[in-house]
Amino acid sequence: MNKTVNTNELTSDDDNGPLYVAQKKVYPQSISGTFRRIKWGLMAFCLGVYYFLPFVRWNRGLGAPSQAVLIDLPNSRFYFFFIELWPQEIYYFTGLLIVAAVALFLMNSVGGRIWCGYLCPQTVWTDLFYAVERFVEGDRRERMRKDKSGGALTLKRVSEIALKHSIWLMIAWWTGGAWVLYFNDAPTLVKELLTFQAPMIAYIWIGILTATTYVLAGFMREQVCTYMCPWPRIQAALTDEWALNVTYRYDRGEKRTSVKKAAELRALGEHVGDCVDCYQCVAVCPTGIDIRNGSQLECIQCGLCIDACDNVMTKIGRPKRLIGYDNDINIQRRQEGKAPIYRIVRARTVAYSAIIAAVGGIMLYTLATRSLLDVNVLHDRNPVAVKLSDGSIRNAYTVRLLNKSGYDRVVAIDADGPVNLTTHVVGADSVTPDRPMIVIPRDSTSELRLLVTAPADSNPEKSIPVRFHVTDIGLGEVATTTDNFVAP
Amino acid sequence: MTDHSEIDSVTGRATTGHEWDGIKELNTPLPRWWVICFYLTIVWAIGYWIVYPAWPLISSNTTGLFGYSSRADVALELANLDKIRGDKMAALGAASLADIEKDPALLALARAKGKTVFGDNCAPCHGSGAAGAKGFPNLNDDDWLWGGTLDQILQTIQFGARSGHAKTHEGQMLAFGKDGVLKGDEIVTVANYVRSLSGLSTRKGYDAAKGEKIFADNCAACHADGGKGNQELGAANLTDKIWLYGSDEATLIETISQGRAGVMPAWEGRLDPSTIKAMAVYVHSLGGGK
Repeated sequence: MNKTVNTNELTSDDDNGPLYVAQKKVYPQSISGTFRRIKWGLMAFCLGVYYFLPFVRWNRGLGAPSQAVLIDLPNSRFYFFFIELWPQEIYYFTGLLIVAAVALFLMNSVGGRIWCGYLCPQTVWTDLFYAVERFVEGDRRERMRKDKSGGALTLKRVSEIALKHSIWLMIAWWTGGAWVLYFNDAPTLVKELLTFQAPMIAYIWIGILTATTYVLAGFMREQVCTYMCPWPRIQAALTDEWALNVTYRYDRGEKRTSVKKAAELRALGEHVGDCVDCYQCVAVCPTGIDIRNGSQLECIQCGLCIDACDNVMTKIGRPKRLIGYDNDINIQRRQEGKAPIYRIVRARTVAYSAIIAAVGGIMLYTLATRSLLDVNVLHDRNPVAVKLSDGSIRNAYTVRLLNKSGYDRVVAIDADGPVNLTTHVVGADSVTPDRPMIVIPRDSTSELRLLVTAPADSNPEKSIPVRFHVTDIGLGEVATTTDNFVAP
Repeated sequence: MTDHSEIDSVTGRATTGHEWDGIKELNTPLPRWWVICFYLTIVWAIGYWIVYPAWPLISSNTTGLFGYSSRADVALELANLDKIRGDKMAALGAASLADIEKDPALLALARAKGKTVFGDNCAPCHGSGAAGAKGFPNLNDDDWLWGGTLDQILQTIQFGARSGHAKTHEGQMLAFGKDGVLKGDEIVTVANYVRSLSGLSTRKGYDAAKGEKIFADNCAACHADGGKGNQELGAANLTDKIWLYGSDEATLIETISQGRAGVMPAWEGRLDPSTIKAMAVYVHSLGGGK
């Protein structure tokens, strides 16, 4: 290869191929069928939940918010119907995230990218934006024609474009609008928003979410799934040979011929594939790929190509599901003349289900047995112990009392140990001299300085265990924690 | 350089022309919007240099068109903080010391404020936890040279002890040995007598009656009969278990011979009145307050 190289060749883009590619605009065609109906249903459900959930009311009694789902940031509380969580209980969210992640794994091992195809907000909103686009500008061919003759900006075309973007922006604005309702009392905030009295931060968040929805669902679309989202990569590592994915059954489809030729060949008794190369699966694909090339990173497995192909197969009188949820094992089995087998229950789906059940069970258990009175104790570190003038020994603790109930409590604090210990709370009125009583207002915490004293003649060891009891005087509810009492 | 790129037969896509041990890399070009975003970040960075402080010069730096400085930002935030806290600190200044301790909100504020100010101003001598050291009282215990009520603590913080302030606590432990008031054996005897006051062991053959007499003649004027001490004069209670300098015989002999006069500075004028109040409540709440 003693080719002389000229300088042009070195700088040319053709040298090693192009460095970047323009986004190929996708024009998905409208389609009807089973999976399209499922997708419409799920879209209506997901958007319905998202937009209307903040308006659902839940009676928690006087003084507590009456919104069923509310993230109350200023007071650091999270409300979900009958559940109220404090910042200390953030581990419930950890559990929720574990369940969510494993649920994704389970979906993946059962039916591929169910999340991507049907439930992901990116898919749902993009689908909605495509519906708007189709409604305003027409179906695939019409949109392609209008874009190709893009120079012809007639009044009708301009108004079409303006209408499309207005509807998009309106949907996007509502997306952001619904978001902020989760952080404040929804009816009040709607009133404030309409009269421009809402806090600035609400408008800022609505603006941010309007922008992201408009850009991601209107323009970025499949680029988000292909280039931005990590899940396609992760799912490639999670899938196994039994997972059902949207698959072109090439055992049935190949070799592709025209309808006419196929009929002729079949009459001669030759093997002919069912695929008639109509490209309907490509035309309806929201990511613009050809499913017949096999599993691809870009494929979100929305199932629309199944509907497209089923419609064609029905028309040409061939069996449905040339494209369907299947795997390579069954393709091979059919090629060998064996019946396909489906294995939903297998080690990994059982394991994923078990993890979900275990984590969910633990969460439910802790939620059901959640105490409404709690105490945390922190021993003073400097000094750990103080000798008093009569020789007795005193330790100081920072005590945090949590009253998670909807009523004020009066509690007493006692300390038990191997030696006789007396307690005193700084600033608290003692009803009985050695038993401090403290009022903790409803739904709040109190931080106190607790002094525990051992008498001079008790000679406590270097360190003895102490058990702190916080007793609700009215209800008898007790919260307990342990720490140490240290001698100097 | 030769172009090795070719069309891959399996995928139908171009390769980059790179080859490692027979493995060829497909060319996967970046999406154009990604490249545009990348260039936009560069443009953004240049804009950032222009409007914000960015480039170091020899003795300063470029200040930027916005005139932003993080120092001014901090000053502004601190001023805002003072404004926010203004009402609460005013409430603290208006309330009496006893009322502050009874109001949980004011107590929490005073303790938080007091702890911070204590760490900045008092910790060098008294220690960060106010546990004290030799010559510097432990403020957690219940033994007080100048009194342990809220008002007495406040007074001590305001005016100090032997601080030179007009209203400061005066009175000191005299140097009985150095000044020739007591002789060596008398000092040893009275030191042992002082130890006996709080039940500590005494030297073999020490004359208790003589010790008592020396004490009555020389020490009781300040330390009171029986060594109970006198908070008016800052004279320590010699009958309890707490010793500022130490209770062993050698230390006591040193104390009696050389005298003691520790200094606590006056904080009035250096800290504002409500801050001093907060500190008094904080010290009182450590546990030893009367």
